[in-house]
Amino acid sequence: MAARWQALDRGPVIPARSSVSYRTWDWRQLRPVLDLDRCVHCMLCWLYCPDSAIRARGGRVVEVDYEHCKGCGVCAAVCPPRASAIRMVPEGAP
Amino acid sequence: MTARRVGLTGNEAVALAWKQIRPHVVAAYPITPATQIVERFSAYVAEGEVDTEFVPVESEHSALSACVGAAAAGARVVTATASQGLALMHEILYVASGLRLPIVLNVANRALSAPINIHGDHSDTMGARDAGWVQMYARSVQDAYDRTLLAVWVAERARLPVMVCLDGFTLTHSLEPVEVYPDEAVRAFLGEGPLDGYTLVGGEPITVGPLALPDSYMEFRRALAAAMERVPEILAEGVREFRTHFGRDLPSVVEARGTEDAEVALVVLGSYADSVEQAALRARVRGQRAGFVRVVTFRPFPAAELRRALGAAREVVVLDRADTLSGLGGPLGVEVRAALYELENRPRVTDVIFGLGGRELRDQELDALLRDGPRGGVVYLGVEEPHVLEPA
Repeated sequence: MAARWQALDRGPVIPARSSVSYRTWDWRQLRPVLDLDRCVHCMLCWLYCPDSAIRARGGRVVEVDYEHCKGCGVCAAVCPPRASAIRMVPEGAP
Repeated sequence: MTARRVGLTGNEAVALAWKQIRPHVVAAYPITPATQIVERFSAYVAEGEVDTEFVPVESEHSALSACVGAAAAGARVVTATASQGLALMHEILYVASGLRLPIVLNVANRALSAPINIHGDHSDTMGARDAGWVQMYARSVQDAYDRTLLAVWVAERARLPVMVCLDGFTLTHSLEPVEVYPDEAVRAFLGEGPLDGYTLVGGEPITVGPLALPDSYMEFRRALAAAMERVPEILAEGVREFRTHFGRDLPSVVEARGTEDAEVALVVLGSYADSVEQAALRARVRGQRAGFVRVVTFRPFPAAELRRALGAAREVVVLDRADTLSGLGGPLGVEVRAALYELENRPRVTDVIFGLGGRELRDQELDALLRDGPRGGVVYLGVEEPHVLEPA
């Protein structure tokens, strides 16, 4: 945030926000890339993701929430080997 | 405005001040020698004399935590404690100041364990001196009453918590004639509550005290230091307003007498000011030019005022009712020395540690100290040094 201290005379008070509006991914080094053509929608990644960053709708995996995913790789690790629908790629790579 | 003259103990006077302050919330836990403040005030609440939400809690840590929550919601909040109770509040003291909450805390100064002791010294509040709280030390019961009212005025304008310290038993349990102001006069002086307090209830939702990492924590601490730097100015305005409303002159940071021509100046904090001022006067009668300085506000430390008051003296004797156990003497002595270091011609400073755990300071001891001449360093007054044992 790096505000000037002169602007902080009322102490540490900020507008209230829920965790949904905080982007908490900026230290991610590896990014999960989801291949929906290979996904069998077993929902293991959705279940195991510690940050609820796998989005699902109607019992099917839809996408990765990159605003909250920290790149831990649990989703790729639990993805069934024969599906292998999630690859971890270095952040910034295409 | 006509003040009423009544006999009150220090604790009763503080409780009465609270009633007139009309805090929205009091959360407190009893401890000797502060117990009667809360006891008396809870009776006012029970009898419907004041419309305060009184929160009896299970510890001092909880007491101050509840005060922090209430103050963050925009309430005017006061509480009281002493000694071990203040030590247990320690963690939350920093939260109160860091969140810039105008809480007023009356501390009945008492020694810390071990060994256990219930009597007065300044060990408790000195342990909290770097917690970001304004600290004022009362000289008399009247001063404790006046300063509790003033503390609310100052806290709400400085957006800082304020401790009003009164010596355990010496002030808390001593009956003195006190001029009590009419309720309306106090109301006119203080208004209804924090001027533009935090509001967790209603309006826009806010987060109080979010995580501040290395990119911003230091800026918040710098802002807190700046808030403390502004306190003397706010205090000066506060005592002017106080005079307008109540007709009484209160010293804001330092009180000095006879320092203009003093060769030796005595510096003290709290209720021993009377004894020390009298000792300076007796020294004058003996032909020794002695001056008297009382540090009223210890936080922020009145360094410039002390340089002005003490700069002309050759000898400065600091009377300290606490020890830092650092080998450098008591906290008041250490800081007086630090303040005087800026001077080109520095007086010599003798730091006298006295009155720990309620030990009396006798007039003869003060007179002997002045008559024999202070010799610098650190002295533990009234403690017999061990005799060298001869081999049998």
